[in-house]
Amino acid sequence: MKKWNELVPGAVVLEAGSAEKFKTGSWRSFRPRWIEENCIQCLFCWLYCPDMAIKVEDGKRKEYLYDYCKGCGICAVECPGKKGQKAIVMEPEGK
Amino acid sequence: MGKIVAVTGNEAVANALRQANPDVCSLYPITPQTDIVQRFSSFVSNGVVDTELINAESEHSAMSAAIGAAAAGGRVITATSSQGLALMWEMLHIASGMNLPIVMPLVNRALSAPLNIHGDHSDGMGARDTGWIQLWSENAQEAYDNTIMAFRIAEHKDLRLPAMVCMDGFIISHSIERMEYLDDQPVKDFIGPYEQVNPLLDLQHPKSFGPLILTDLYHEYKRLQHEIIGRAKNIVLQVSDEFAKLSGRKYGLFESYRLEDAEVALVVLNSAAGTSKDVVDAMRDKGIKAGLLKPRLFRPFPYEEVGSALRHLKAVCVLDRADSYGGYGPMFMEISSAIYQAAGTGSGPRLVNKIYGLGGRDYMPEDAGKVLVELDAIAKGASVKAVKEYIGVRE
Ligand code: SF4
Ligand code: SF4
Repeated sequence: MKKWNELVPGAVVLEAGSAEKFKTGSWRSFRPRWIEENCIQCLFCWLYCPDMAIKVEDGKRKEYLYDYCKGCGICAVECPGKKGQKAIVMEPEGK
Repeated sequence: MGKIVAVTGNEAVANALRQANPDVCSLYPITPQTDIVQRFSSFVSNGVVDTELINAESEHSAMSAAIGAAAAGGRVITATSSQGLALMWEMLHIASGMNLPIVMPLVNRALSAPLNIHGDHSDGMGARDTGWIQLWSENAQEAYDNTIMAFRIAEHKDLRLPAMVCMDGFIISHSIERMEYLDDQPVKDFIGPYEQVNPLLDLQHPKSFGPLILTDLYHEYKRLQHEIIGRAKNIVLQVSDEFAKLSGRKYGLFESYRLEDAEVALVVLNSAAGTSKDVVDAMRDKGIKAGLLKPRLFRPFPYEEVGSALRHLKAVCVLDRADSYGGYGPMFMEISSAIYQAAGTGSGPRLVNKIYGLGGRDYMPEDAGKVLVELDAIAKGASVKAVKEYIGVRE
């Protein structure tokens, strides 16, 4: 931990992308589960996720990065799924 | 150089802002400050400044926009009074906590309720703990000079703090006085170009403002804030010395008037100090050894310097144009602390606190005279009847 006289005045964070260092997964009480067969790859979940918990590779949604998922459930609400079948469901953590 | 003019305090301050040529002015009108931003808006419309004007929908938004623009990397101004400052309150802390050197004239006005538009210091004193530098001004000349200096002080690389320049609503803001404008070019050279520190718009170096800082580091950031604002004292003195070379007008942390050989003294801010100095002279003629101290830098407060300027006196009255209901007046609390630290317990002057001029109630020479006569009696051994008392009040 830094001492007071080692801090940047104004609490400005001069390092880009430093949120990667802060893992928020432990906040979660509900866990999103991805059901790949219902996924239409619209990437709404990636767009709406307030953190960086949706991994995208080569333009395709991949598994969750649960280290950054706080379980807010936004992705599950926004997910259109396929033919009325959601591709994301929220389940109690630890179940 | 310079030009002698007859102008209102608001006009004087608007011209200081024009000379500083800020990048952004975000504003919301409020009496008695409106005249400043109205005049400044004309400067923008007439193309005499390069400023982007933001007409906000409230003072909270005006200060929020100022914060955004300052974080982006611009020289930023706004101005306000009274309820406007009160509405800005949470944003004031954010401007200082983020080290953003916004310059804001504050035309002092009473606070509601009851509703009142006239001059007192309730607004500025309420912003005491917001982390802003506060410079107070007796007249139009001082408000103009302080506004010019405020840019240099706020933007100093060791500070980068927001600064408010206070003057009395209506008494100064709307009264025409003789004063001197400095020429544009020397003022521009004195203020200098704006130097950015960590601008958000430097896209090659992305950064974040306003992170969440919890129990692990918040205390350390506040310790740093305390350290940084403490530097303002020396910077104010340096900038004031340089300004004296430019203008011939000398400013310190406070003004001492006939204090050195005085036995009794008034401590009073802003326009009432002018009236009081005349009365000090009159009392001297009557054999009362009177003096006066007029604070200029109120935040950070120069405790040691004020304490040693007052400790030799026998009796001091602190005049407050604001009240802390259920407490002493805000200036009295500072002066008591300063004297106690300088003189220690059991010695130093006797102290009284008079609340005067709330809501723009006139402060008359007779008021100052009565106080000085009372102080003279206390100095000669009379007991203090009441530590805190309202004066000029109908009873
Ligand atoms: S639950 Fe919230 S945090 Fe987790 S992946 Fe979905 S949107 Fe992101
Ligand atoms: S929002 Fe649903 S359908 Fe769209 S990519 Fe994400 S999981 Fe797939």
